Amino acid sequence: MEVRVDGELPPGVTAKDIILGIIGKIGTSGGAGYVIEYTGEAIRALSMEGRMTVCNMSIEGGARAGMIAPDETTFEWLRGRKFVPQGEEYDEAVERWKELATDEGAEYDEVVVLDAGELRPHVTWGTNPEQVVTIEDSVPDPAALPVDKREAAERALAYMGLEAGTSIKDIEIDRVFIGSCTNSRLADLRAAADMVRGRQVHPNVSAMVVPGSALVKWQAEKEGLDAVFTEAGFEWRAAGCSMCLGMNPDILMPQERCASTSNRNFEGRQGKDGRTHLVSPQMAAAAAIAGRFVDIRDWEAAPA
Amino acid sequence: MEKFISHTGAAAPLDRSNVDTDSIIPKQFLKRVERTGYGPFLFFDWRYTPDGGENPEFVLNKPGYREATILVAGPNFGSGSSREHAPWALQQFGFQAVISSGFADIFYNNSFENGFLPVQLPEETVREILDRIRPGYELTIDLEKQLVSDREGFEAYFEIDPFRKHCLLNGLDSIGLTLQHEDDIAKFEERMGLEPVASETT
Repeated sequence: MEVRVDGELPPGVTAKDIILGIIGKIGTSGGAGYVIEYTGEAIRALSMEGRMTVCNMSIEGGARAGMIAPDETTFEWLRGRKFVPQGEEYDEAVERWKELATDEGAEYDEVVVLDAGELRPHVTWGTNPEQVVTIEDSVPDPAALPVDKREAAERALAYMGLEAGTSIKDIEIDRVFIGSCTNSRLADLRAAADMVRGRQVHPNVSAMVVPGSALVKWQAEKEGLDAVFTEAGFEWRAAGCSMCLGMNPDILMPQERCASTSNRNFEGRQGKDGRTHLVSPQMAAAAAIAGRFVDIRDWEAAPA
Repeated sequence: MEKFISHTGAAAPLDRSNVDTDSIIPKQFLKRVERTGYGPFLFFDWRYTPDGGENPEFVLNKPGYREATILVAGPNFGSGSSREHAPWALQQFGFQAVISSGFADIFYNNSFENGFLPVQLPEETVREILDRIRPGYELTIDLEKQLVSDREGFEAYFEIDPFRKHCLLNGLDSIGLTLQHEDDIAKFEERMGLEPVASETT
């Protein structure tokens, strides 16, 4: 299955918004039976980190896996890394890797096309990743949805404690979780840090950053990102899964509402009766400061 | 692995879509090292009240459904986190099969690897079954004939990959399939000057 994202992403719109937009369009079973190959100008323009975010959430779209053909971005990212061939062997490997791309004119069983220019920052309102709208929207009215989506939407709204018609920007949050395999790579933490630098976490919000790996944590600390977060009032934690799924004591209390950069907003995922809204790292960071969801495209550059 | 050939048992309705694996078996139960004992935790957050009592509203706590062995669910069953504990929990509760109009890919494959049959039927057929279910209502799933039926004349044919069918009918998971070639494996290892795997385990 090909998912092609044409055009250029507007500022403030991230890889997470691409994949949430795709899942909003194809549904959580739209990729069932397929492996998705992501193509198009907007995908080519993504960093490796962004591409990993997109591929990671292929599962949320029902697919077996997601992939993006290797290109210069991939080869540059691999160059010099541990376990990657070095020197001449690297050049030979790159020549081989170049052959991995899908043939020109290959036919896919299914093709979905999105225009990146139309994408906005996304926020999920329900209890699965297809229940998603943009920051400009309101919580949908189940009655206005297709018949087969209504019951699930009503159940989701009851669970999430939301009323149809509420503007997404009016939803107040209690917790922020910046972490998970989906969205806590170095680029994610840098982007989130840019939103909070010199600002303070809202008094009603408890916020934490959990780097995606020990290596990311180390790199982030070398750049001083940990200080940016802790000075703003975030907790800076050891790498791990943490509140993505709450297997450790990092869980939401019943009815607590969380802006989370993870990949799943199922009932009870982050703690029994906890309410999860999936967003990009930038959106989560800004929400921590504002105490509610904000449109990061209106967010002023952090004071120097 | 147990064979699945044909099964007759009580059906229980779980009329919701996108039932995810976090709902089937919440993460706090994934830390066990055994593959057994997950039955009591199936659908934990729906099945029990916060004080630990049974939630009388939940379908599997209702008379006539407690003993169900066939689960009939809404579309896209088993979505979300890849965890083999999901089919384990369903099986260990007592289910032998689940019927839905669609399954998440990973759950679907995990089920076959554990001798648990996911039956895919068109959405309107699943709806018809859900409308027919009442406490004590029994279905028969005949894998050989690929047929779901009741005693009242309902019949529905289902599609299944022939290889998957073969494995279930013969009780073969991936390890079982591989071990069918145990002689060849031993010969190969002998030729390569390796100790046969089987002797390492003795």
